[in-house]
Amino acid sequence: MNTKTPSRLEKVLAAGHLAVTSECGPPRGSNGDAIAKKAEMIKDYVDAINVTDNQTSVTRLCSLAACIRLKLMGLEPILQMVTRDRNRIALQSDILGAASFDIHNILCLSGDHQQFGDNPQGQNVFDLDSVQLIQTARYMRDEGKFLGGDDIDQPPEMFVGAAANPFADPFEIRVRRLAKKVVAGAEFIQTQCIYNLEKFELWMKQARDHGLHEKVYILAGVTPFKSAGMAKYMKNRVPGMDVPDEVVQRMSGTPKEKQPEEGLSICVESIQRLKEVEGIRGFHIMAIEWEEKVPEIVERSGLYPRPKIQ
Amino acid sequence: MIVAERKPFDEITGFIKDCKRILLVGCNECVTVCYAGGKKEVGILASALKMAFTKEGKQLEVKEVTLERQCDHEYLEEIRSIIAEYDSVISLACGVGVQFMAEKYLGTPVFPGVNTLFMGVTEERGVWTERCQGCGQCILGQTAGICPISRCAKRLLNGPCGGSTKGKCEIDKDLDCAWQLIIDRLKELGRLDDYDELIPIKDWSTERAGGPRKLVREDLQP
Amino acid sequence: MRLTYPDSIRIIRLPCTGKVDVIHMMEAFRKGADGVYVVGCLEGECHFLTGNLRAKKRVEYTKKLLDDIGIVGERLEMYNIAASDGPRFAEVAKEMHERIKALGPNPVRGAIQNRRTA
Repeated sequence: MNTKTPSRLEKVLAAGHLAVTSECGPPRGSNGDAIAKKAEMIKDYVDAINVTDNQTSVTRLCSLAACIRLKLMGLEPILQMVTRDRNRIALQSDILGAASFDIHNILCLSGDHQQFGDNPQGQNVFDLDSVQLIQTARYMRDEGKFLGGDDIDQPPEMFVGAAANPFADPFEIRVRRLAKKVVAGAEFIQTQCIYNLEKFELWMKQARDHGLHEKVYILAGVTPFKSAGMAKYMKNRVPGMDVPDEVVQRMSGTPKEKQPEEGLSICVESIQRLKEVEGIRGFHIMAIEWEEKVPEIVERSGLYPRPKIQ
Repeated sequence: MIVAERKPFDEITGFIKDCKRILLVGCNECVTVCYAGGKKEVGILASALKMAFTKEGKQLEVKEVTLERQCDHEYLEEIRSIIAEYDSVISLACGVGVQFMAEKYLGTPVFPGVNTLFMGVTEERGVWTERCQGCGQCILGQTAGICPISRCAKRLLNGPCGGSTKGKCEIDKDLDCAWQLIIDRLKELGRLDDYDELIPIKDWSTERAGGPRKLVREDLQP
Repeated sequence: MRLTYPDSIRIIRLPCTGKVDVIHMMEAFRKGADGVYVVGCLEGECHFLTGNLRAKKRVEYTKKLLDDIGIVGERLEMYNIAASDGPRFAEVAKEMHERIKALGPNPVRGAIQNRRTA
């Protein structure tokens, strides 16, 4: 088994298992138990847990601190980091801080624009973009150097990931942008929530044509709908989201009390179908404020039990 | 050009509420082209200010002057002989002109009459849009002549982000996605393969980040 | 047609309403006019193509400016009347006369008079 970092996620993937990751959003307050509680619900059903970084630009408890909490619980966190709020000094510094707690996974993102959040009047940084953050994390690890050229005493050993949205425009460039992230050094990819399976399969085919499925582990992103309202919201309000009409109709055609169940079924069916797509190496289950359903999704999708590594 | 817009009227009257005589100075350059601070706007603002004062039972004398430029010594010198006669100056030039005037005439308060917005173009009559942020190291050669620093809301050098939808930016459905424009133009030029090149981490030291900037051309110095 | 219109109204003739600029309307108020209205040709029938449309936008802009100063933008209005439509011209004149009467004198004029009598 050929791995480059102590990351358990990397080991699971390298061993050829379909990996399962999920995410926990930190609380809007200083109660650290909130993140522990969410993680507790899902820990036995996933290989690693993403911790979001002030997602949608809404101020929350910081991603790094929440990751440390998970690590202290013996879990495997994936540190999400956006370039919106930190310059290259802070980004490198936080990577070192994470590594000092043996956090070995990072997901490099640019981040939603602050206009969507609770501080639209704030300045944004974007000293680097997500592609350049991937380069930075890899450079620190592989060359053992800071961007400024100085040697790092004990370089951080990060398994470096990135996001991909197959559904944003222009579609024709989406695989090429993925390829740029791979060239920059991304080792795993977590995709945007997939509802339009045909379009996703087309994207995966293009990715395979570029040989990207052999260069990077692609984890397909899924999010269960809690209600028809959520499906409509995701379709109409969330930029870069592609929810086909049939899916919305299926949700709204279901009686209200049965909608959560239907949402979970759609999610499980999607996973089953995506399992057959060549090049899919795992799943990223984003159950937004619905973490308690992750075990059920994992079990019903035949992804349980999780492999024991180390 | 530098694009500006007139400040809210109340803010301007707030600056000069205790004045009796003011000098209202326009600029013949950019702010004239974008209808914020040229001769015409000087006249309109003078009329409005006088009216507002009269309405309050006060009197205001306004001297209207429009200079060729407010970012050059020689034109600013034209008001040297009269400036002392006024309680304060309202400059309708961009922030550059206001400051240069203030630096020159230390004894008279100089207030801005416009908000300076950006470096941009007249996209159509009455519509101006941003094109440049003066980063000090132009990358237009790599981006098909379209600047992601000034035109992408996240100034991504390797875009487009996941929020690009039908050619528009995630923050505003009326705002073009800069990276969509770049890709379209690369295609037009038959150079789409250029897209695959990673744009390296940028040196922002030539931008605002590096501190106030200065350019010296010794060959032109006296 | 011997139509009458209020004698409070003074007419200033221009070749086209496109000639009316913001400063002209502003100065009229500054010098004490209680109301100003601009009468252009019907939309689509401007001899200079878009003069009356431009005037309309300038009137809108000036209304806002008058509101900012506290003069009340309603004192200013734009009308489009065909050159042959005398009855409408008289009707508009009455309409505007009534509107301004209801609004009362231009506060600037009041202040000017106070100053003169003081």
